[in-house]
Amino acid sequence: MDSTTPLIEIAEVTKTYRMGEVEVEALRGVSVDVASGEFVAIMGPSGSGKSTLLNILGCFDRPTRGSYHLAGEDVSGLDANALAETRNRTLGFVFQSFNLLSRTTALENVELPLVYAGVHPRLRRERAIAALERVGLGDRFHHHPSQLSGGQQQRVAIARALVNQPRLVLADEPTGNLDSRASDEMMALLAALAGDGITIVLVTHEADVAARARRVIVVRDGLIQEDRRNDGWQPAPSSQEHAAGAS
Amino acid sequence: MRPGDVVRVALRALLRNKLRSLLTALGIIIGVAAVIAMVAIGEGARARVEQAFSAMGTNVLIVSSGAKTSGGAKSGAGSLPTLTWDDLRAIRADVAGVRFAAPRVHATAQVVAEDRNWSTNVTGTTPEFFEIRNWPARLGAVLSHEDVDAGTKNVVLGQTVAANLFGASVDPVGQTVRIANVPFQVVGVAVGKGQSSGGNDYDDVAYVPVTTFLAKIQGSLQKFIPGTILIEVTSDDVTTAVGDRVAALLRDRHGIGVGGEDDFSIKNLTETASRKQESSEALTLLLASIAAVSLLVGGIGIMNIMLVSVSERTREIGVRMAVGAKPRHVRLQFLAEALALALAGGIIGVLVGVVTAQRLAARFDWPMLIRPEIVAIAVGFSAAVGIGFGLYPAHKASRLDPIQALRYE
Repeated sequence: MDSTTPLIEIAEVTKTYRMGEVEVEALRGVSVDVASGEFVAIMGPSGSGKSTLLNILGCFDRPTRGSYHLAGEDVSGLDANALAETRNRTLGFVFQSFNLLSRTTALENVELPLVYAGVHPRLRRERAIAALERVGLGDRFHHHPSQLSGGQQQRVAIARALVNQPRLVLADEPTGNLDSRASDEMMALLAALAGDGITIVLVTHEADVAARARRVIVVRDGLIQEDRRNDGWQPAPSSQEHAAGAS
Repeated sequence: MRPGDVVRVALRALLRNKLRSLLTALGIIIGVAAVIAMVAIGEGARARVEQAFSAMGTNVLIVSSGAKTSGGAKSGAGSLPTLTWDDLRAIRADVAGVRFAAPRVHATAQVVAEDRNWSTNVTGTTPEFFEIRNWPARLGAVLSHEDVDAGTKNVVLGQTVAANLFGASVDPVGQTVRIANVPFQVVGVAVGKGQSSGGNDYDDVAYVPVTTFLAKIQGSLQKFIPGTILIEVTSDDVTTAVGDRVAALLRDRHGIGVGGEDDFSIKNLTETASRKQESSEALTLLLASIAAVSLLVGGIGIMNIMLVSVSERTREIGVRMAVGAKPRHVRLQFLAEALALALAGGIIGVLVGVVTAQRLAARFDWPMLIRPEIVAIAVGFSAAVGIGFGLYPAHKASRLDPIQALRYE
């Protein structure tokens, strides 16, 4: 993939679910490109199709029609095994409800993607430690999720998403279960990661969360209603420097 | 996914619910224990029967005075002699299928050597006896027809008696011993036969010619035999038939009419042995059905618990799939759990089975035989049960949709 190819290339994607007798069209022809290194927020009311879009982006689900190229590879026709491999190699996930394994240490939770990648245990441990240190949990390796606060659990989840060095991190309402302070910290962390050049796509219904992203896509009734850039947006670490210089 | 990770994840999941895992494995434990105990009992019983055969000689009938009550058990047999020397001659001469017949009369007597003495079973018999019992001499010779005809004062000692009177390493042939104050010359020492399964020493015995026995040790009852007649038949498939012919002959000779009760009894060693074997076979069959049912129930139990486990851990499966577990990884994980459960059950079952077999062997006084290949088969079988009954739950887990699984509460 050369630098001009977008990381995500979705063209005329539709998704139809059968709910018994009724067919529900969750997506009705969505086209969107996301370049490598972008920080994108997807917004929309519930039932708008934004979760369906995220499932397709995350290789959990295949489009009914249309094409999806991820890092130059057509993933719209892959089988369950190939999708699992793509999730393992190319993607990282952060969920609203954290989805950590209970009674399993932070370190082992972070190691999980590497287990399925077949990475040697020693290397696995090194990389998990590095990922936890990166999200500021260098002192919580052996804590179980139940011994961590919501904000800390979500950081573990982010470390897990980062540990396989993905091209793309997908976050589904990552601040939905956090209080406002933890929520702010989380967005600062995501913004910092974006500043490091990691492509981030997050789904949210909170306008102030979306405001931290570089680009906002609004989905409604299965269609993209709006696709705008946040003017004046700067990568998080430098935006603070900028604010300090201006005052 | 690395094999070590598969094992680690499976063991951790099982150890999280220790009691549940143990209860689930219980069916397999009982099944395997039953298999191990069953085979050990079957083998032990067979070994005991073979031991009895080899000690007594095959194809042997024992005719005793006195009535037969039931199942070959005698009541007071021999207390009132009814068998005669003419009966013995008639059996030898007239019954087809009889190879040898020998009288056996015995008494407990003190055998005295120069400075030692030993109380033993002194038996009067004829040379045929040693043929019937497959019992050659280790030193010297066994009794001859001349000994019986002439009523010689010759004695053949059992190994135990020889050892107690002369020492184990001394050849006593040619020495003189006194039995009931009568001097006898030792002409042979019989080879060691060892102990019976009941603990009787076959070698604690001294054999003298039957004629000498009646003349010098016990006193004759004229025409009656104050003991038993041993018969060896020509082959073991005619044992029962020869027994019937001997019975018919004796009923005829003793003038017993139709419906009259026998005044003798015929013990068929083959019958006794096969009865023992039959009862051990019945026990074996019982244990085999317990084993089969337990393994089946154990397998169903494993399947049941694995299905519970799959639905309990739906979310965990979703997380694993989200971060890159392929369907086959999930399938492998649950199969490994089922296999580990069944294998643990199998190994515990082997231990329980060995202990049970030991107890039973001690109780019934037969040797305990546990063959390694049986243990391997039992453990292998439990592993097969684990895989067999783990397949469906594992398949079910691997077919979960990660999105649905992640939303599962």
